[in-house]
Amino acid sequence: MYETYKSVNENPCNMCMPLGGIIAFRGIEKSMVLLHGSQGCATYMRRHIAEHYHEPIDVASSSLNEKGTVYGGEKNLIKALDNVIRVYNPNCIGILTTCLAETIGEDIDRIKSEYKTSRNISIPIITAPTPGYGGTHSEGFVKTSYRIVEELSTDKERHDRINVIVPNISTADLREIKRLLELMKIPYILFPDYSDTLDSPFNFPYKKIPDGGTKISDIMSMGGSIATIEIGINYEETPGKYLQDRFDVPLYKVPIPIGLRNTDAFLKLLKEITGNPIPKSIEMERGRLIDGMIDSHKYNFVGRCTIFGDPEMVYSVFTTCMENGIHPLLIATGSKTQKLKELIASEDNPLNDDITIVDETDFSHILKLSEEKEVNIAIGPSDGKYLTEKGGIPLVRIGFPILDRVGGQRILSVGYTGTLNFLDMITNTLLENKYKTYRKDMYEKYYKAM
Amino acid sequence: MELRLDIPEREKFIKMKGKHHKKEFICNTDSVAGSVSQRACVYSGARVVLNPIEDAVHLVHGPIGCASYTWDIRGSLSSGSELFRNSFSSDLKESDVIFGGEEKLSKCIDEIYEKYKPKLIFVYSTCIAGVIGDDIKAVCKESSKKYNIYVVPVESSGFVGNKAAGYKAACNSLLDLIKEFPVLKKEPLSINYMGDFNLAGEAWIIKGYLNQMGLKVNTIFTGDSNFESLKKATASSLNIVQCAGSMTYLAKKFEETFDIPYMKVSFLGIEDTSNSLRKIAAFFNDKDVMLKTEKLIEEKTKMAKPIIEKYKRYLKGKKAAIFVGGGFKAISLIKQFRELGIDVVVIGTQNGQKDEYEKIEEIADYGTVILDDANPSELEKFMVEKGADILAGGVKERFLSYKMGIAFIDHNHDRKHPLSGYEGAINFAEEVYTTACSPVWKYVKDGVNKCV
Repeated sequence: MYETYKSVNENPCNMCMPLGGIIAFRGIEKSMVLLHGSQGCATYMRRHIAEHYHEPIDVASSSLNEKGTVYGGEKNLIKALDNVIRVYNPNCIGILTTCLAETIGEDIDRIKSEYKTSRNISIPIITAPTPGYGGTHSEGFVKTSYRIVEELSTDKERHDRINVIVPNISTADLREIKRLLELMKIPYILFPDYSDTLDSPFNFPYKKIPDGGTKISDIMSMGGSIATIEIGINYEETPGKYLQDRFDVPLYKVPIPIGLRNTDAFLKLLKEITGNPIPKSIEMERGRLIDGMIDSHKYNFVGRCTIFGDPEMVYSVFTTCMENGIHPLLIATGSKTQKLKELIASEDNPLNDDITIVDETDFSHILKLSEEKEVNIAIGPSDGKYLTEKGGIPLVRIGFPILDRVGGQRILSVGYTGTLNFLDMITNTLLENKYKTYRKDMYEKYYKAM
Repeated sequence: MELRLDIPEREKFIKMKGKHHKKEFICNTDSVAGSVSQRACVYSGARVVLNPIEDAVHLVHGPIGCASYTWDIRGSLSSGSELFRNSFSSDLKESDVIFGGEEKLSKCIDEIYEKYKPKLIFVYSTCIAGVIGDDIKAVCKESSKKYNIYVVPVESSGFVGNKAAGYKAACNSLLDLIKEFPVLKKEPLSINYMGDFNLAGEAWIIKGYLNQMGLKVNTIFTGDSNFESLKKATASSLNIVQCAGSMTYLAKKFEETFDIPYMKVSFLGIEDTSNSLRKIAAFFNDKDVMLKTEKLIEEKTKMAKPIIEKYKRYLKGKKAAIFVGGGFKAISLIKQFRELGIDVVVIGTQNGQKDEYEKIEEIADYGTVILDDANPSELEKFMVEKGADILAGGVKERFLSYKMGIAFIDHNHDRKHPLSGYEGAINFAEEVYTTACSPVWKYVKDGVNKCV
């Protein structure tokens, strides 16, 4: 069952492309981002990203004014590049366009090349077209990752590492993936690795650009890797695809490893590609997850859920719910995606056939459908607090953004250990629901009514 | 001390009290490209001013981002409708940018009317609506006629200035709307309260004081206001302006158009609150009002003073930095920090005006750094050089402050406790104490991140 959308968007379920681009650029070591457009875009996105990660987020803007908009923004862009280099001395600069720059037709690639030549600049300056009207933050993340790899991966000399390319997942998830790779003794290049840059330890003195991120030299050699594992299955034009087409690096795509099956698939793939065994300790984590799933299976079965957010996250949360008998009734995303619909439709679904999938949707629609379906739990980013406030539906927070809680940037949900952590949050929310009204419900049902 | 800034062009936006008395100082102009300004855009300025009008629909004509980032953006409280807490967008896509978005906008208004039947819709222009040249005014006019409601365009294309231009755009839209209503006969002891957005109930506190003084508050711009309350604005005898940056323009226009005088007031801190209440009472020159005012001030001061004195014992001698939106607010904050025995060593604003900076320089201590449109790197530099213990600022500044190991006061739209009036002064003192005297700083000031 599919829903069509209307003209007006009431309470957006997504953000715009450059925001995703900023996060992707944060995954490069010592990089700085510049938005070509009006000042407000940078400020709004900084505020949003800062509130999720609880980190200072410095993003420059070319601060286009009326004159720049009418006569072209080249002067502003050049000045902005000069100033970014002066203050931040980065090893890499990302230029993201906004709606405004795209609409007035700025040729940023030409401006960039001329700038690099005239100033004799050797650091990479990477452009990515990310008009806000061209897609959501999810597409912005993928598109920018693609542009970074396209620009930097030039070295095809073979080596023994594998590429692991990630979508917008939490910093704790990135660290967990690295931990699993290290436990399996697999040399890897993880990209874009913002696990430290967007979740940096407190330290003196303050650094304008925090340590961490994928090294530029590593991104350069992604074309020589044994294979690429791309986490995320919703998009076609991805960095992994580029590396396959350009350098014949075999590409394997897996869902975000949340849930038993997805984690199994991820680890199986790692084992098959490298021949390295899965260590006992990881198997014990798996056993512990299954043990936990059994412990909570009866509590989970009462779950009737709405899942919303980025397509990649939504899909893995969906399969995790299916594994645990939590009934997914509404799947929603602000992105436009046929692929997600196909994936979900192709799932063997013994629980029910009443799943509604909506894309390019908004929260007013999600609320309406959730109420119609008598959903009792929602899973997704913090904007879903609207569903709690208006519809009384409790929310388990996961994904981006989480603006009204601390620790949203480091919620662990991948791997067996992460899955169990995430599952416990869902189960405990369902239990809390139940105990809140249990005595009263029973009294009403069996004492008063009998 | 020399300024030694990484961006030389920024030097004219910064000065030091005493040292640079005659130095060139500019403000209220375009941000320097690439300087990582903390400012927002015209649309943002307009949206924050109008958003608290609670039974209005706020429809953003533009790509989705503009509406996403401003959904339920301010913690404005409402005693009535909650409609304003939704964010509506015409969600312009690539094809709309190419072929124009007027038709889509018109359809959006149809859908909104169908669902909510609002009496008032604000339609905000954005960068893109401006660049593709959509005639928003015409669409609004047509829809107004079609439904016999007020569909008011807000000329807030993001690139036509900074946030202050957005305040002005919002005030113009308010004025256009109010001009449509019948002008009422003046009521003698009545007042409009401008520039309070009822964050965490601030407007309610002040309204309570004014009522206790024997004054009637007709309209608050725009905290806890609605379509009906806006209609009453022309009946007032006086406009008082708290947030000067956003609302002085509207107050001036009210004076010109409806012959209602205005005065700037501040309800931040005990001193400013008491002075402002006295100033208001003096304007009405009514014995009863004056008596009631003195009684109120006495009671409230008696209640607040000892609590603030208690916190002052712990805070005396600490140093603060301020980086807020408007200059008038910065001035109040300087005084408020002083009430707690705290010296202010760095003062910056996003959109302060020339006269406000002059006032800041006048009251600031010798050596205080004053800066307009500061960026994170300058805030960092001067907070370190001046040894600030506390920063008062907005959301983005919070994380810089924390990462530097500096305490932080949330002087932003998000705050969940009121900072206005005597109750607010207590909250402020409590918040300063909470952050400045937290045990966490013990673990970060020395021996950073080392186990042994």
